[in-house]
Amino acid sequence: MSHAQHPVEILRFNTCGSVDDGKSTLIGRLLYDSKSLMEDQIEALERSADITGGGRINLANLTDGLRAEREQGITIDVAYRYFATPKRKFIVADTPGHVQYTRNMVTGASTANLSIVLADARQGVIEQTRRHIYIGALLGIPHLVIAVNKMDLVNWDKERFLEIRDEIEDFLPKLDVFRDVKFMPISALEGDNVVFASKNTPWFEGPTLLAHLETVHIASDWNLDAFRFPVQWVNRPNRPNDVNFHDFRGLSGQIAGGIVQKNQEVVVLPLGIKTTIKDIWTCDGSLTEAFCPQSVTICLAHDIDVSRGDMIVGARNLPGYSANLRAQVCWMQTRPLQANKKYLLKQTTQTVQAAVTSLESRINFDSFEPEPAPPQLGINDIGIIHLRTAKPIVFDGYKTNRLTGSFILIESGTNATAGAGMLLPPLEPAKPEYSDFAI
Amino acid sequence: MSSYHLDHLQLLETEGIHIMREVAAEFERPALLFSGGKDSICLLRLAEKAFRPSEIPLPLLNVDTGHHFPELNEFRDRRAKELGAKLIVRTVEEAVAKGIAVPVPGEISRNRLQIPTLLAAIEEFQFDGLIGGARRDEEKARAKERFFSFRDSFGQWDPKNQRPEIWNLYNARINPGEQMRVFPLSNWTEMDIWEYIGKEKLEVPAIYFSHKRRCVRRHGQWLPVTDLLPPRPNEEVAELVVRVRTIGDIISTGMIESPANSVDDIIAEIAAARVTERGSRADDKSSEAAMEDRKKAGYF
Repeated sequence: MSHAQHPVEILRFNTCGSVDDGKSTLIGRLLYDSKSLMEDQIEALERSADITGGGRINLANLTDGLRAEREQGITIDVAYRYFATPKRKFIVADTPGHVQYTRNMVTGASTANLSIVLADARQGVIEQTRRHIYIGALLGIPHLVIAVNKMDLVNWDKERFLEIRDEIEDFLPKLDVFRDVKFMPISALEGDNVVFASKNTPWFEGPTLLAHLETVHIASDWNLDAFRFPVQWVNRPNRPNDVNFHDFRGLSGQIAGGIVQKNQEVVVLPLGIKTTIKDIWTCDGSLTEAFCPQSVTICLAHDIDVSRGDMIVGARNLPGYSANLRAQVCWMQTRPLQANKKYLLKQTTQTVQAAVTSLESRINFDSFEPEPAPPQLGINDIGIIHLRTAKPIVFDGYKTNRLTGSFILIESGTNATAGAGMLLPPLEPAKPEYSDFAI
Repeated sequence: MSSYHLDHLQLLETEGIHIMREVAAEFERPALLFSGGKDSICLLRLAEKAFRPSEIPLPLLNVDTGHHFPELNEFRDRRAKELGAKLIVRTVEEAVAKGIAVPVPGEISRNRLQIPTLLAAIEEFQFDGLIGGARRDEEKARAKERFFSFRDSFGQWDPKNQRPEIWNLYNARINPGEQMRVFPLSNWTEMDIWEYIGKEKLEVPAIYFSHKRRCVRRHGQWLPVTDLLPPRPNEEVAELVVRVRTIGDIISTGMIESPANSVDDIIAEIAAARVTERGSRADDKSSEAAMEDRKKAGYF
């Protein structure tokens, strides 16, 4: 195959930091120095350098794609970039640092393997830095890079770098989730330690940022432990004269956890009916085994009335099933979240009514300690809340499974996505009344 | 590496299938934009993978500017027929005749006129969710767009007020009159598209491959000589071995000189390319914010 030499592993990462920490410049530098830019992009940069940049190429213009962003020199929304080196393919989410745009950080980071948090060497650790590290931990991103940027403006002072590192290392144990954390002294503007090792940091053993991105071990983010299959779409062809398909009743969806095999025993929730997998159908032929996150169409041994929002799970390791939920919530809307408010809750493939029953706590970003019983969660606040749904939902704790443990809250009327929720583990697993299916 | 591992094309594919099914499940009257171009060919393949053995539960829609490459329209019609899909075509010409689209005096390009034509088609069929083949790596404004891109009742995109999009939980809720544009190929690059076309052995219109064509040099590009675009006196005209890398209207699509006549050749050519795909599209070059402005007005 002619494309056998192309990279096959994708690393998704996001960059975050405060305004003017140089996030867009850093991505621009990565693209520029890794030769991922094309001539017309470089030409466009040079054109805008003459107009707005006083002649100097502004690498941030590569990602700041909206007119207002270029005019104000800020990043408004998550920008996605794609580049590849001989070792890997990269999907980059450049997430804005303004305090009012924290919701975009959550958007950019929710699917990332790795998060780069920038800190300005002159300013050190500020609330934004702490907040971004906290959100990365909350979302369960396994790998973290702290890039101490603008080291050229503090004369490449090793002591300053260590000071910042120590301050962050002091509070990392409280978060206790990152699999690895790297600190790097860089200058995105000048390029030091981004793609090429810097002559200014003999005291830093490396690696450079790109070398780290190319080699960091991204063990599968996908949960392969317990089988979870939220039914997305009932696949019932109308082909009465086709012997192969006249009684085909498939359940289409994306496997959200674990592995499934033909003839395996499964439970359909919330019905609580046990049956077996008759076929794992795909457009390219049937499979004997499928795993998360493959999209497949499952046929069950029995004709059970299953619809979108139901979940097919393995007979062991049952998920939780409850209408009373406890979750960490990141609030993303100016209208605050308060007790007794009602929202639509979308989790896996179902959307149900939900009422906020109480607010348990809100995180204080100076101490990382929860403040008990806040009156409300405002925009960008993170806290633990209790919810009651109109009907019970099937779920896992977010730490066990990101896909079955997450939800969004939607405001009726505006249909705005108001909050992102991460469910805390169920108090007990679902207890279906095992009505073994019999005809 | 364990056997429970998806390579990059498999990952992009499963993400795309998931999005296709969300659209079918969440919208009442969805449609899929199909032009016959390489991106929408991949889109159609994802639709097959998402919905088979059922019929694809949404019609295909195309806005015909009247300036399409004839090869593209022929391919579009044939492919829709092969799949047994319903194809709806609405033309700029009709929209102009009905007064829905009003040309700027003297302007030859139909690019701007696509927008009211598309919006009128959406209104005619009451489409609420439209799947398009746009990719984020194509252009700076697209790089900021969500998978599920909300449009108000005028079809407008508000880049400063996009819905947060978290995990794979897409908020598809809209009020009557509003619409959603959905882009399952958001995370695909030009290289991914061709690798997928190669892997799936998908047929593409012949103009993507090397052929002989009379071209005229204009604005630093080789444009196809047609009745719509006759050479002006003193312009350089040549018969060249060319192909298209991206397809726009026949009057604004730069042809690139290329001997590539297989998918593998094209993959090798892209790997060595030094300009981006849209570098050959005159419609994007008119200003730094050309795409942003068109999107705000209702363009894909």
